[in-house]
Amino acid sequence: MISRDQVLHVARLARLELTDEETVTMSEELSKVLGHIEKLSELDLTAVAPTSHVVAVDVALRADEPHVSLSQEVALAAAPDVADGGFRVPSPQA
Amino acid sequence: MTPAVEYETVIGLEIHVQLATRTKMFCSCGLGFGEEPNTRTCPVCLALPGALPVINAEAIHFGLMIGLALGCKLNDRSIFDRKQYFYPDSPKGYQISQNEDPLCSGGELGGVRIHRAHLEEDAAKTIHSGGGGGRIQGSAASVVDFNRGGTPLCEIVTEPDITSAEQAGEFLRLLRTTMRRIGVSDVNMEEGSLRCDANISIRPVGQQELGVKTELKNMNSFRFIERGIRAEVARQEGLLRAGEPVVQETLHFDPRTERLTSMRSKEEAHDYRYFPEPDLTPVTITPEMLERARAAMPELPAARQARFADELGLNPDTAKLLAWRTELGDYFEAALAEGDADAVPLANWTTNELVQRLGADVDPAGSNVRPAALAGLVTLVTEKKITAGAGKTVLDKLVAEGGDPTAIVETENLAAMGGAEELAPVVAAALEAQPDVAARIRGGDMKPIGAIIGAVMKETKGRADGKEVTRLVREQLGL
Amino acid sequence: MSAELIALSAKAAADAMASGDLDRTEYFEAYRARAAADELNAFTWVAEEAAGEPVDGELGGVPLAVKDLFCTEGVPSQAGSRILEDYRPPYTATVVEKLAAAGTVLLGKTNQDEFAMGSSNENSAYGPVLNPWDRTRVPGGSSGGSAAAVAAGLAPWALGTDTGGSIRQPAALCGITGLKPTYGTCSRYGMIAFASSLDQAGPFARDVTDTALLYRHMAGKDPRDATSVGHPDEIVLPTAQDLRGVRLGVPENLTGEGVEPGVLAAFEAALEQAKALGATVERVPLPHADFGLSAYYVLAPAECSSNLARFDGVRYGMRAEAADLTSMYTRTRHDGFGPEVKRRIMLGTYALSSGFYDAYYASAQKVRTLIADDFAKAFDRIDFLVTPTSPGVAFGLGALTDDPLAMYLNDYFTVPMSLAGIPAISLPCGLSEGLPVGLQLAGPAFSENRLLDAAHALEGALGFDGSAVLGTNPRGGDGPVGPNDGGLVG
Repeated sequence: MISRDQVLHVARLARLELTDEETVTMSEELSKVLGHIEKLSELDLTAVAPTSHVVAVDVALRADEPHVSLSQEVALAAAPDVADGGFRVPSPQA
Repeated sequence: MTPAVEYETVIGLEIHVQLATRTKMFCSCGLGFGEEPNTRTCPVCLALPGALPVINAEAIHFGLMIGLALGCKLNDRSIFDRKQYFYPDSPKGYQISQNEDPLCSGGELGGVRIHRAHLEEDAAKTIHSGGGGGRIQGSAASVVDFNRGGTPLCEIVTEPDITSAEQAGEFLRLLRTTMRRIGVSDVNMEEGSLRCDANISIRPVGQQELGVKTELKNMNSFRFIERGIRAEVARQEGLLRAGEPVVQETLHFDPRTERLTSMRSKEEAHDYRYFPEPDLTPVTITPEMLERARAAMPELPAARQARFADELGLNPDTAKLLAWRTELGDYFEAALAEGDADAVPLANWTTNELVQRLGADVDPAGSNVRPAALAGLVTLVTEKKITAGAGKTVLDKLVAEGGDPTAIVETENLAAMGGAEELAPVVAAALEAQPDVAARIRGGDMKPIGAIIGAVMKETKGRADGKEVTRLVREQLGL
Repeated sequence: MSAELIALSAKAAADAMASGDLDRTEYFEAYRARAAADELNAFTWVAEEAAGEPVDGELGGVPLAVKDLFCTEGVPSQAGSRILEDYRPPYTATVVEKLAAAGTVLLGKTNQDEFAMGSSNENSAYGPVLNPWDRTRVPGGSSGGSAAAVAAGLAPWALGTDTGGSIRQPAALCGITGLKPTYGTCSRYGMIAFASSLDQAGPFARDVTDTALLYRHMAGKDPRDATSVGHPDEIVLPTAQDLRGVRLGVPENLTGEGVEPGVLAAFEAALEQAKALGATVERVPLPHADFGLSAYYVLAPAECSSNLARFDGVRYGMRAEAADLTSMYTRTRHDGFGPEVKRRIMLGTYALSSGFYDAYYASAQKVRTLIADDFAKAFDRIDFLVTPTSPGVAFGLGALTDDPLAMYLNDYFTVPMSLAGIPAISLPCGLSEGLPVGLQLAGPAFSENRLLDAAHALEGALGFDGSAVLGTNPRGGDGPVGPNDGGLVG
């Protein structure tokens, strides 16, 4: 039901590398779960409003008052690669 | 031979305005202004695990003011969504933006219809470094600074109503002055607090259907926008006339070379997988919020321009200059209120002499020239207490040292020479000193009168009224 | 001596420490020693000592085990994932902060399914947790470490999170009490997110009173969580001894099919006890409950696919080196995430991808509306819904790992409440095959006080004895008060 190509497309969107074996397994497993999820199509939902938040909350806004930010040292503390006070990443094109 | 097809240009703009709040859109970090990298961050804007966004109330307030300034419908319920893409400048892997339910819909500014205005967060800054000389293409690595990440943005999208590069520039200038007037942004293109993308297409005149559009990205000055649009329109026309199709793509305009280059397309088509941000509930606009936004609205530049022209009789260019440069308009109105000066000469002195002396980008309110002083000076000139030339001398003095124009006239002895009794002996002396000139004038040749006037002016240090001198010359020569 | 301390309820210990009858250090060290000697793999980190200055609060001096996914400043907070190996955040989750302010002392971080995705705790990058009742079996998940630690007396109580059953199911499988509160009553700030619209923190304890006591200090509106609402009522300790006038409803679609006979038997026996306490029991329709799992397995993966996008090897966590950015992303996420997390990221990305939104995400949100409406209608007629918490008792390690769908069915009874955001509590109601069976009570939003009262009354009548795995002898003649010594009503 969900093809190898679809799996690879979704993996690209999700930035997940999959080995060939993982791609095959993923295709099978996703198909099985999606088959179960298809149950949703049994319902006529045209007149139903979607629920994105279960508990009605008044809009929670924050006053525009600054707090103390983290120091550069703390901000960078857990970074795998640091240079010039910033987070170093490989170039998009290499 | 069939006549050549005429093309018309269709342009829509997407403008990002950085809001001048104190803190970021979804966290309480202060906005960055050139600090050391990564010193304006917190768990939220670094997207640390477990951190959650909370909306800045002031950003909503500014968004509502922008909506009011653009004549938009302010939606009583708007929804933040997640726009998902991976890039190092997007720490969460999604940008919180508004997709289907924006804060403001519809509207109009300067004859261009507004499609929508919505709020979102700015990306972080990626500095490409290392590798082949720091150029994007050849760089081996980038360094990310999250100080800017999360700055509140209002994205304003126009309808495709703009038909030329000049109109696009004019619209952007009006938009910029409007934003500046309502105080929601610094709207500085060079610093990136105003950014503009243009969607451009052309079509044969009379065709209803829109042509294929291209997107010109991130141009950072008004002149470059106009030049970029002109270049792209020319490129598209060239393609169509050669029978080649326009391809939908994103382009970068290099103002140095005037060249348009296609920005490398991402490896797959965008699929942003928008869905409502579950960490934020819908924004509902209360009557109190609306009232506060309305109360904060000043007179907008377009309305002010009309008032200056209609009520004060200023000419259109002067009215626009004063209305679009808020600080200049404010100074002018302060001077108008503080003295007895007539509006038209006061406006002219403000926009010409004063601006010339201070520089085009200087707020006169910060200068030595108090509005009352300029008004007093203009009154002295219009009442002929001093000549226009002496007025300029007084203004030089005011710009340099400040002070009161009447006192300067006094100490510098710049008062216009009174009537004939004071001036007549000076004129007589001048005629006497140049008998040959006097003779030629008497003979009906008025050309050399300048020499007499010049002599009188020299003697009076410019305080004499040229017209009065001419009258006296004629009188004394019996003409 | 240690066994006596361990047998104390958290409340009894807190009271004893407040009155000076119990030494804080001795009490903390008793638990710390047990946690450090943990043979169940329940902990991923144990404190070396009681950190910080002692706080005199209602919970003063009581050690607290915290599910790994709660951020704790300077302390590993790995959410059971390799991608966050040894990640020490610079801040602490609101709920943990609140409890510390009330006097709890951080004892350790507990093992869990990676990013709370799982029902067996076998999806942890730090190894499975063993069920203290039978070490060949799973403790349930995703908060398996917390549940096992409390059941085995390695912690007096613990924090967990519940997205589709991750507190209730492991509580049931380990024979303790676990509450999934109303969505929004506890702050999510600092809880490493799985599915934002469903995640909710909650307490594990050995009895209902301790459960209420811990929750009482967790609930509260947090300005840092825009979806938090706090609780309209102060949470009070339960006192009810009977269920007179309480109307219980059993879902009509609960037919026994798919439920283990032993579980059903224990459940039905508990219903008889409830009736004996004065409750009425009737069948109520929940016509859309059967669609709950389908909706859940769209919504939760969709939100998780987005929430986990931040794990990209840039700012924290592990990175797989690569020459270009895209390869760095894809390899980091390949190496850093386990199979179940990848499965759900894929599922969620697929469900949100262009062209599928309406069929999946939007439909699931609408089903959510229908399910919430079903509950609202049911609560017009009854006070609480009652179901088995899980269709079966603890299953063997590895038994379901090759069948994700079968694993997902474990959440059948717990997921609908999560979708509706309503509170539900699981309490042990008996044994089947020598393993605990959980009973789930669910009430309308914000009904925690009534729910805890009902659970308290039932707990007294059921008289469940967890001492077999506690490693203590709480029922001994002159020992301290055991966890289940509520008043019994005939």
